[in-house]
Amino acid sequence: MAEYSAFSLLANALKGNKDWKPAWRKPDPKASYDVVIIGGGGHGLATAYYLAKEHGITNVAVVEKGWLGSGNVGRNTTAVRSNYLLPANTRFYEHSMKLWENLSHELNYNVMFSQRGCLNLAHTPAQFDDYARRGNAMRHLGVDAELMTKAEIKRLIPALDISDSARFPVVGGLMQRRAGTARHDAVAWGYARGADRRGVDIIENCEVTGFLRDGDRISGVSTSRGDIRARKVAVAVAGSTGRVMQLAGIETMPIESHVLQAFVTESLKPFIDTVVTFGMGHFYMSQSDKGGLIYGGDIDGYNSYAQRGNLPVVDEVMSEMLALFPGLARVRMLRSWGGVCDMSMDGSPIITAGPLPGMYLNCGWCYGGFKATPASGWCFAWTIAKDQPHDLNAPFTLDRFHRGLVIDDKGQGANPRLH
Amino acid sequence: MLITCPYCGPRDVIEFTYQGDGNRERPDPASQNFEAWNAYVYDRLNPAGDHNEIWQHSGGCRAHLKVVRNTLTHEISSVAFMRSDHGRGDHGRGDHGSAARRKAEDKA
Repeated sequence: MAEYSAFSLLANALKGNKDWKPAWRKPDPKASYDVVIIGGGGHGLATAYYLAKEHGITNVAVVEKGWLGSGNVGRNTTAVRSNYLLPANTRFYEHSMKLWENLSHELNYNVMFSQRGCLNLAHTPAQFDDYARRGNAMRHLGVDAELMTKAEIKRLIPALDISDSARFPVVGGLMQRRAGTARHDAVAWGYARGADRRGVDIIENCEVTGFLRDGDRISGVSTSRGDIRARKVAVAVAGSTGRVMQLAGIETMPIESHVLQAFVTESLKPFIDTVVTFGMGHFYMSQSDKGGLIYGGDIDGYNSYAQRGNLPVVDEVMSEMLALFPGLARVRMLRSWGGVCDMSMDGSPIITAGPLPGMYLNCGWCYGGFKATPASGWCFAWTIAKDQPHDLNAPFTLDRFHRGLVIDDKGQGANPRLH
Repeated sequence: MLITCPYCGPRDVIEFTYQGDGNRERPDPASQNFEAWNAYVYDRLNPAGDHNEIWQHSGGCRAHLKVVRNTLTHEISSVAFMRSDHGRGDHGRGDHGSAARRKAEDKA
């Protein structure tokens, strides 16, 4: 399995790098599979990988409308963390963190997971107290968290305006040292290759146009490349959840699709070696290995399936960046883009069997799906293989909204644009 | 994105506050039909295409607006006041409003 080793790199370099195999095949779809996964993003590919590896289910197809990794797995700001307040979220995201910590080794693919830490800044004593509460909740469940003073933050991020004359002076912060970033494309490619090598067919440019039914039961999908029958059909399509579920005749979902923008600057010398978040608005930033500052803020705040946003949020994000880092005023922004987020009604995801017989559903990632990729795939594969949820995703049901069992980490209520 | 307010004309989206999905129907406040309440609070059509929405011109005339906007292109095809009786003398309050106004007028 170890296709990439110091020896293979050297041997291929000497041969002019002409003998590398493609990382995954381009098969035509077969007439039927045990499992068809809709959506070739991080979560769908991870699901296929863990179905094959953990459960021995290899007669699997992943069907993807565009090219592999063309959606949110290549559009996020790459932050990985597990700093949640509520136990259901903390346990799930910490499981993800543990999978991240071994992921490059597991996939024999360098996902460049860098545990550079994630610092949430507090700007009022009340917010600092709130972070102390969250840090304690995390440590209670075995997740690392530490409060940082202003002086410690100044040493960690010299460029940060920590003065009392800042627009929102920094009081302190909550640091998770094991948090960090990963190279998002490599995550998609690594899972794709790992699944492909175990026999999974990854079928790109294959859009699902409907569902096949056998009585009440979902028994496959119609696609732009023909009908594919399957004993189990798994949906992992993030921002397109509403559209795909409507194809299955499910008109309403506890989901709204919203657009989230992200930005990258020109390359700079090393400027910041951690992920930092602003506590008086919504802003986060890290520096890529190429040197560009990657940052973003809030979703635009209205329903959207367009992978592009509007200028008010651009203005807001830039203002927040300059409130923290006045020294970046002359740095040029190179690119901005948008991704469609499946905002759930409580800010937490849904990983469940159903809602129709033969169907399995993975959605509701809001704008935090990237860090969940390994655990999402791991739990979804478990749910598909065993027809019941793992303890880790048992709380993430679809019917929790109607049963009063919401998992609302931010306490915002059923207002998806605020999660 | 520009929204053409019926009072104020075309204005930048930054003047408006999104009040959410306009397709939902609030049950009678006295209703004890929990399913209807749950559906009202949690379930969304979330269409890819034309979407009925409620916006408030919070940075302008503060009117609540019914907007039809395409979620794929952000194109707005219709803007109207939330209440069809908006602008009527009694401000839509019907007899009660008229009675209150008459009372005020009598006093004057």
